[in-house]
Amino acid sequence: MEREREPILQMSNIHKGFPGVKALSGVSFRLFPGEIHALMGENGAGKSTLIKVLTGVYSIDQGTVELARQRMAIDSPQAAQMAGISTVYQEVNLCPNLTVAENIFIGREPRRFGRILWKEMNAAAEKLLLTRLQIRMDVKLPLSAYSVAIQQLVAIARALNISAKVLILDEPTSSLDRNEVKQLFEVMNKLKAEGLAILFVTHFLDQVYEVSDRITILRGGEFVGEYLAKELPRIELVSKMIGKELQQLDALPREKEAASAAESAKALVIEAKALGRKGAIEPFDLTIRKGEVVGLAGLLGSGRTELARLFFGADRPDQGALRVNGVKDGITSPREAIDQGIAFCPENRKTEGIIDELTVRENMILALQATRGWFRAIPRKRQDELADEYIKALNINPPNPEQLIKNLSGGNQQKVILGRWLLTQPKLLILDEPTRGIDVGAKAEIQKLVLKLSGEGMSVLFVSSELEEVLRVSDRIAVLRDHVVVKEIAEDEMSQQQLMQAMAGE
Amino acid sequence: MVKHHLFWPLVMLGALLLFNLLYSPDFFSVQMRAGKLYGSLIDILNFGAPLILVAIGMTLVIATKGIDLSVGSIVAIAGAMACMTLSKGTDQNMLGLVLSAVGIALVLALALGLWNGMLVAAFGIQPIIATLILMVAGRGVAQLITGGQIITVSSSAYKFIGAGSLLTLPFSIFIAGAVLLIAALLTRKTALGLFIESVGCNPEASRLAGIRSRVVMIAVYMFCGLCAGIAGLLLSANVSSADGNNAGLWYELDAILAVVIGGTSLSGGRFYLLGTVVGALIIQTLTTTIYMIGVPPEITLVVKAFVVLLVCLIQSETFRKTLVHRFKTRRYPAEREVKRHA
Repeated sequence: MEREREPILQMSNIHKGFPGVKALSGVSFRLFPGEIHALMGENGAGKSTLIKVLTGVYSIDQGTVELARQRMAIDSPQAAQMAGISTVYQEVNLCPNLTVAENIFIGREPRRFGRILWKEMNAAAEKLLLTRLQIRMDVKLPLSAYSVAIQQLVAIARALNISAKVLILDEPTSSLDRNEVKQLFEVMNKLKAEGLAILFVTHFLDQVYEVSDRITILRGGEFVGEYLAKELPRIELVSKMIGKELQQLDALPREKEAASAAESAKALVIEAKALGRKGAIEPFDLTIRKGEVVGLAGLLGSGRTELARLFFGADRPDQGALRVNGVKDGITSPREAIDQGIAFCPENRKTEGIIDELTVRENMILALQATRGWFRAIPRKRQDELADEYIKALNINPPNPEQLIKNLSGGNQQKVILGRWLLTQPKLLILDEPTRGIDVGAKAEIQKLVLKLSGEGMSVLFVSSELEEVLRVSDRIAVLRDHVVVKEIAEDEMSQQQLMQAMAGE
Repeated sequence: MVKHHLFWPLVMLGALLLFNLLYSPDFFSVQMRAGKLYGSLIDILNFGAPLILVAIGMTLVIATKGIDLSVGSIVAIAGAMACMTLSKGTDQNMLGLVLSAVGIALVLALALGLWNGMLVAAFGIQPIIATLILMVAGRGVAQLITGGQIITVSSSAYKFIGAGSLLTLPFSIFIAGAVLLIAALLTRKTALGLFIESVGCNPEASRLAGIRSRVVMIAVYMFCGLCAGIAGLLLSANVSSADGNNAGLWYELDAILAVVIGGTSLSGGRFYLLGTVVGALIIQTLTTTIYMIGVPPEITLVVKAFVVLLVCLIQSETFRKTLVHRFKTRRYPAEREVKRHA
């Protein structure tokens, strides 16, 4: 049916290389008006690069881009916007201290004689949000007063405001909870009905099948194929993305060492008693034993991250006691936590994890070097060995230790940060959403790694919004709701049902 | 080669030096007189030494995403303190007295650096404001030390620091070289450089990786203060006097400029000590050139600003790309259409 229509966007034979990496080789992509088209692929498959080509951030080495049958050069983000290609990025890049209306109209405020017409602007913003996104909100409040989900919708509103023909949503759902995702999908479907072409990038398979009409798959910078969503079985999609046979997928770690009675006799790594911090997390009790994987489940904003940060000294508790390795020793700084053998992979990779101007090697050795102080520098040769070892062990791609980390895909950045902590040989590894925004293959690798590490005696505190994942790796799960630890679920009673009920408070 | 961070700074320096040949054909000649080398190149190194020192300290501060506006004032204070101590002594040539004058001045410079570092790292004041305080107050402090007078000293031992020569070369070159070497060793042979770049690039991620960001920042401001203090000694020893009002005036701006020309970004992260040295030499050469070609004194600053603008434009990748882009013809007619529709 759609085959008869003209694509609004047609990219053919796109090539793009970076020093040492071929990011795209001969990729084609087309987008029809009034469709939601999912772009799928593992980390490093070239999704981000393709989008950046489309939005004018990168220029292409070879290939053509046609918009409404006219060949064009998108040589700057401005050119892309003017051509009607609007993008909402994964990390909301608006100005949190400006009002909602200002954020929507920034740079194109309604003016008369150089004076900004505030009333008209606010009214227009309100109308835009109400008619096109069906949300009613006070547009005069600063953006930071709203949740990430609402901010995301404001970003979409801003994109729509520039007479958009093509809307690119790069991982829009990764920080949204279930209801918010639903709200977003309603908006997407409405815009689609209005004839907008939407390019949708996500790692959540459920979501792909929920809203997409068509799927394009990339792998390793190459075009794998374009399919109608309803004609492509899920398992086939996954195997096309990772390029492996189906059987291998099923080999994802599902078996877990049976927790025995002997386990309970094992040493306590963490023992928190009535530990809490005002405004962040209500007082809670939690223990983590040697070699145990404790999952933290809860909706977004339920206090999971806040709890994890207390164990690492990233924030200080203002009540209760924390015993680490059997010693009563309140942890007051990340540095102390590291000295105690605690490691922490933060939720926000970009702002709290990577040092983007430094190389993979430098990012990796950072924590180990920090424990050694200024003057006992790790010899360069040893640094190279360590970096090579962990690049291999974690399967980091491209395997070049001197590459700047900002040039890596999200999943590979995450692996570098993991490597940074494994280098310090921690007793307790805190993983806050380690698989957020990364693809199926890397996800499975990280899950496998967690199980392997715990088998070797490392304790892990595993924070994730994906129930399936928490269930798969955890020996025990603590459930949070509204900044309170509401329930601890032992292994024998763990099920999605149980978890959901505890999280929802039924 | 073009990609190397020293490429454009060195090209600019070379161009400036060559430009001087037009006005004085023997610009590059160096002569030996009475056991010392003389020549324009030697002068540039000699007079550029204080700026190189200040700029080295500034490089590390800027690498932590900071800035230090107070270096000019510290230059004045250190000079004033040293000369004041000397002038109180009975025999100004006594080695002990000279050493203690130098020591007191440098300790004071370190303390001033500590003050800046504390304001920035411990109290969270933005670097530009925190150091602005000392920039303004420092001139007053220097005046207080000298009692509002220009203090002259007559100590040949002290004078040697700024005007003496060693192995046919001005002594100041050795001081600048030694500080450069120490800074390079400290930052590249220990982990300090990595920590500075990491803190400058992402302070929160660095803290979570276990780096004591505050300590790193305080150390860097102290080192910057120390460098400015040494520069202050060089300048005051060179003229055997201390002028609280004018010593080191506008040095902070020249130093920041030298750092930026050298390739270190004001947004922190990677830093280039050698680039900074070349940057400082560019500025010093420019000053020398302006005197040499006889620019009327009232417009020297305009000429200097113009050349600096030129240097910065040529260094700017965006500018170079735009230039290149201008020369390319438009490939697709549709591009125009698209722009008009908007």
